Amino acid sequence: MKFVFLALLAPGRTHGYELKRRYDALFAAVWGPVNIGQIYVTLGRLEKDGLVTPEAVGQDGRPDRKDYELTDRGAQALDAWLAQSDAVPLPKSDLVLKLVGASLRGTGDARSIIGEHRQHCFQALRDLDTAAADLEPDSVAGLLAQGNALHLQAELSWLDHCESVLGSGPLRLTTDDTTSGAVP
Amino acid sequence: MTITDAALLARDVHKSFATATRRVEAVRGVDLEVRAGEWLAVMGPSGCGKSTLLHLLGGLDVADRGTVELDGIDLGTRSESERAVLRRSRVGYVFQFYNLVPDLDARENVEIAAQLAGAGRRDARRRTEALFDELGLAGALDASVTELSGGEQQRVALARALVNQPAVLLADEPTGALDTDSARAVLALLRRAHDDGQTIVMVTHDHRVAAAADRILVMQDGQIRDERTLASADGPVLADLLPLDR
Repeated sequence: MKFVFLALLAPGRTHGYELKRRYDALFAAVWGPVNIGQIYVTLGRLEKDGLVTPEAVGQDGRPDRKDYELTDRGAQALDAWLAQSDAVPLPKSDLVLKLVGASLRGTGDARSIIGEHRQHCFQALRDLDTAAADLEPDSVAGLLAQGNALHLQAELSWLDHCESVLGSGPLRLTTDDTTSGAVP
Repeated sequence: MTITDAALLARDVHKSFATATRRVEAVRGVDLEVRAGEWLAVMGPSGCGKSTLLHLLGGLDVADRGTVELDGIDLGTRSESERAVLRRSRVGYVFQFYNLVPDLDARENVEIAAQLAGAGRRDARRRTEALFDELGLAGALDASVTELSGGEQQRVALARALVNQPAVLLADEPTGALDTDSARAVLALLRRAHDDGQTIVMVTHDHRVAAAADRILVMQDGQIRDERTLASADGPVLADLLPLDR
C-alpha cells in the first residue's frame, strides 16, 4: 500500500482525506473504498521513514490541516519501486491447502470443498458483471475488473479440472507425501 | 402427471448409445427439476452428456429408463408424432450453429415455425414482426439468412425459438460460435426473455455466460456432479468490458 500513496502524492502535496478521494476515484469501484484510518497509519509510517514530510496548513476557524509532500528519499523510493519487476502472480492456492487439510483430518470430501469454492467464484463473477456495467474498459477500475474476471474464469476452469481428476472422495496423499514434508 | 410448478421434470433418466465397438452411457441416472421461469445453465466437459440431456428434456430423444415430464406431460408415454407436436408448440430450441433453413428468408424461418405449431398466416406474420422488433432485427425481416452475420442468424434462431411462447427454451451453446459482441447481444436477449418469465435451460462451456443463470449444474460422466444456485440480485447483463471464456 505504501507505494500507492507515494504515487498519489507525486503530483504534489495534499492531505489525507484528499488521498482517500484520489484512491477511491481510481480503485474503489472494484477494490472497495480505502479506510481513512489506514491512510493516516500509512502516512505516519512514511513520515517516520523520511519518505514524506508533513506541513501544517492554517484553516479559518478550524484546527490546522496536515498536508504531506514527497521527500527526495520518497521520490527515489517510488522510482525504485516502479523500476523493480513484480513477483509472478501465482498465489498459493487455499483450495489445495484445504483439500490437503481435509484429507489429513479424515473429513475430506474433495467434491464438496470444490463445490463451495465454485459457488463463490461463480457468484463473484456474476457480481463483477453487475459492478462492471458502468466502467470504461480503459479506466483503472475497468482494467482491474477485467483482470478479476479472467482470474475467476481461470479458477473455475481449474476447479472443473480438479473435479475431473479427483472424482469423489478425499484428495489422496501417499504416506511419503505427509512424512517427507512434500505437502505443498 | 405430477402436481408441481416444474416446467421440466426428469427422474432417474438414463440414455445410452451404441457405437461400433461399445455402448456409451451418455446420461446415467439424472434427477432434475426446472421450475417455471427458472434459468438453468448446464456445464461439463465434452462428452459429459449435457447435450444428450438437453435432447431428452426437449423430447428430441427418448430416455431408455426414467421419466421426463415437459409442462406436466410424460414424454415417454407419447408417440413420436405426439412428441413432434409437443416440441413444435412447447419447446423452443436454439443451437450453436443456428440451423436456419437457408432457402427461406429470415421472416419465413420464423413464420413457418409459428404456422407448424398451428398459428394462422396473419397471426404468424404479426408475431414474427413483433419479435423481430424486440430482438433488434426489424431491418433483417426480408434478408436471406445466408446474408446475415452469425450474430444476426442466432437472433433469428432465437425469434424462431420464442415465436410459439414455448414452455421452455432449450439452448445448446447459444454463444459458442459467436464473436464477443454478438455473444453479449444474444445473452442480453436471453436475459430479457428470462425477465419476461421464460424458462431457459442452456448448455454452455463459458463460465461467465453460465454465471448469468439462476442455477448451474455441472455434469461429468453422464451424471450431475455439482449444482449451484446463485444469489439473484437483478441478474447481470454481461458488462461490455469483461472478457468471455474463449
